[in-house]
Amino acid sequence: MAATKTIEVALSTTGLGPDGRPQRIPLGAEGLISSRPSLEPELEGEHMLINIGPQHPATHGVLRLVLELDGETVVRCIPHVGYLHCGFEKIGEYRQYNQIIPWTDREDYLNSMGNNVAYVLGAERLFGIEITERCTVLRVIAMELSRIISHLVWLGTTCIDIGAFTPFLWSFQERENVYKLLEGWTGARLTTSGTRVGGMIADVPDGWVDGLKGFLANFPKTLDQVDRMLTRNAIWVGRTVGLGVMTPEEALNYGLSGPMLRASGVAYDVRKDFPYLDYETYDFDVPVGTNGDVYDRFLVRFEELKQSVRILEQAVKRLPDGPVNVDDPRVILPPKHKATSEMESMIHHFKVVMEGPRPPIGECYVPIESPKGEKGYYFVSDGTAKPVRWRIRPPSYVNLSAIPKMVEGHLLSDVIAINASIDIVMGEIDR
Amino acid sequence: MPLDPMQLPPSTMVFLLATVIKMLFVFTIYMVVVAYTTLAERKVSAWIQDRHGPNRVGPWGLLQVAADGVKNFLKEETMPGDVNKPLFVLAPALSFCTAMIAWAVIPFGAPLPTPWGRIDLVVADLPVGFLYLLAITSLGVYGIVLAGWSSNNKYALLGGLRSSAQMVSYEIAMGMSLVCVLLVAGNVSLPAIVAQQQAGAYNVVLISVAAFIFLVSAFAETNRVPFDLPEAESELIAGYHSEYSGMKFSMFFIAEYANVITASAMFVTLFLGGWDIPFTSWDDTGPATVLKTLATFAMFAAKLYAFVFFFIWIRWTLPRFRYDQLMSLGWKILLPTALAYIVIVASAILALDASGASRTGWAFKGALLGINLVCLVILFVLIDRGRLISPAYSRLHKERVAQLRRAAELRSTLASGESR
Repeated sequence: MAATKTIEVALSTTGLGPDGRPQRIPLGAEGLISSRPSLEPELEGEHMLINIGPQHPATHGVLRLVLELDGETVVRCIPHVGYLHCGFEKIGEYRQYNQIIPWTDREDYLNSMGNNVAYVLGAERLFGIEITERCTVLRVIAMELSRIISHLVWLGTTCIDIGAFTPFLWSFQERENVYKLLEGWTGARLTTSGTRVGGMIADVPDGWVDGLKGFLANFPKTLDQVDRMLTRNAIWVGRTVGLGVMTPEEALNYGLSGPMLRASGVAYDVRKDFPYLDYETYDFDVPVGTNGDVYDRFLVRFEELKQSVRILEQAVKRLPDGPVNVDDPRVILPPKHKATSEMESMIHHFKVVMEGPRPPIGECYVPIESPKGEKGYYFVSDGTAKPVRWRIRPPSYVNLSAIPKMVEGHLLSDVIAINASIDIVMGEIDR
Repeated sequence: MPLDPMQLPPSTMVFLLATVIKMLFVFTIYMVVVAYTTLAERKVSAWIQDRHGPNRVGPWGLLQVAADGVKNFLKEETMPGDVNKPLFVLAPALSFCTAMIAWAVIPFGAPLPTPWGRIDLVVADLPVGFLYLLAITSLGVYGIVLAGWSSNNKYALLGGLRSSAQMVSYEIAMGMSLVCVLLVAGNVSLPAIVAQQQAGAYNVVLISVAAFIFLVSAFAETNRVPFDLPEAESELIAGYHSEYSGMKFSMFFIAEYANVITASAMFVTLFLGGWDIPFTSWDDTGPATVLKTLATFAMFAAKLYAFVFFFIWIRWTLPRFRYDQLMSLGWKILLPTALAYIVIVASAILALDASGASRTGWAFKGALLGINLVCLVILFVLIDRGRLISPAYSRLHKERVAQLRRAAELRSTLASGESR
């Protein structure tokens, strides 16, 4: 029997402290300055506290890092999160299963299509629904496209953070092409809400697959250009090698996942280890780093972009004909023309929309490989149309937790590079 | 043979009047060129990045600079709390002025013949023009340091500190690289250095290593990518000019581009033959004519702009160095290289002089060129290894790629072997 450990936590339900004044969030800044020995004690310099963020061009949102600097060397780093807290998980408890999908767009907003798919994969396991073959392949396409978007944004912003501006615009142009495809499919660029429990919002329109093929033909050329600009650039290599090193053990202990973990040499990819959407039938490689530094993360993510293209090419080839949505009246709406002309269909439509589909009692968690790492949605159902508890496993949040470990002892410029290499999205971290 | 009054030096009154006119001329042209360099930067960057660039104000966006200028004049001048007001106001002016007055000694064309005498196309033909140039360009750091310090902002302070350290370090490497120019030219007056290059070969050919060191230092001195650490946008927001707005900010902006143009002019004058037209001696022999003046001025402008383009091109291509890498590049690589090169060039010149070779003769040039080529090859082999600035490996080795692939294959076979 495991030993239990008691942690005493002073909780205040009113938000007021013992003196009756509003409680303030401890910022971690008090008593810091003299608590650590100086790196060069004979100089007896004064440490400087500096705020990176929440308004700062390089924090990728509203992350706030309180840095204690000795000269330009980071002695201590305290990340503060929560500036973008929206209460997604709580809101989810008051929404039907299909109504939660738009909230998943908004948490990791660079991977909205991937979140939509991840969400419905969990919900469908709860409902016990088997999706159609065409839907499976379309979802793979959706996930890989959003992985490409997310990695392109990471690539561009990392370039800007390290000072190279041009690859940023090149990658954002390619991102624009993917957004055009997604807009043609779902009608929205960023907030796609592209899935429904049991299928997709719509089948892809005519000619869409040709557009995707055109993108797949041109995209590797841009990747080659960026590769030529960065991979063997002495300045780029000098700025990234040896920064923020995480050994495999440390990476596992911190609970890192995704490219952060793979760059450290642990070949864990949910698509290979816990396959979903028939990923085991696709031929693709999982790039693995050796040093676990910023440069390895760059190489791993860059290779993943190429692997995504490979997966997409195979998916386009095998895309079968057939229905997208399952034939299950519990979750799928009747066709609109029937709902406005037939009484039974109208009642069916009304019941599905107003009451919502009801899953059996139970709980489930389905992990997927999001661009940032292992992501999953955890549901607890009591048999009603709304989940009792809906929880997100945000990979960015877990990955960010390692930033104090990674930046301490490095220079201020390296903080920016390391932070960029984590590939955080604050919408997902603060939720 | 009677002397042509148009080829003689002018009288004192004419000289003074001509100097005032030249000052106005240079200042006006310089300001317009600086303004259009900002537009050129935006247009070239747009071209590199597959964009359009400014194209709404005037034809091809040519009036954009006027719009920007008006906007900056009309903007509110903010003054943050607790700034040191005199220094806060002084800093942009200091930056701006030092960038401006460096141009006084740069010769920009062949002498202009007029009925009142021959007018040299340089505002002030100082006998120590070279030292003046070095002195003035190092003064520019005060504007930045004072701006960073007086702003009462930690980011600005860090920017100012970085800038002072960077400029002081690269000042030395730059000065050392220029010693070679002095050795070859045997003179510190800029028109004399141009004349030396007209007679022989351009310095960029004779002492390429010095030219390379000067080039790198010039990028560092002007705070341009890859050495734009003082204003590193992603780390320090805007560095030393974070707290400036309106016209004060604009002064820093103008000073940056003015420094780019000054550095280009220095490179052109010291290493690329100044206003000399290459592959012909028409422009530097015989009596001065107006046509020659115009042609050489155009040549100078062309060389200058080619170099400004190079500045812009580099800026939109390379990432930024880190502070310690910048310092180690300056102190551990450029400075020793420059010192070693001085020794090599000085001994070579001494030996050639002792052997009686004429300074303008082919033997002299050929010997310098040969030594120079050897040094260049050694330098590039060293730098190309990339190990000088990066702590670890700099190349993605073929074996490493293969290793990655093997690891991926191994784990995929393991995954397929397990039944799930």
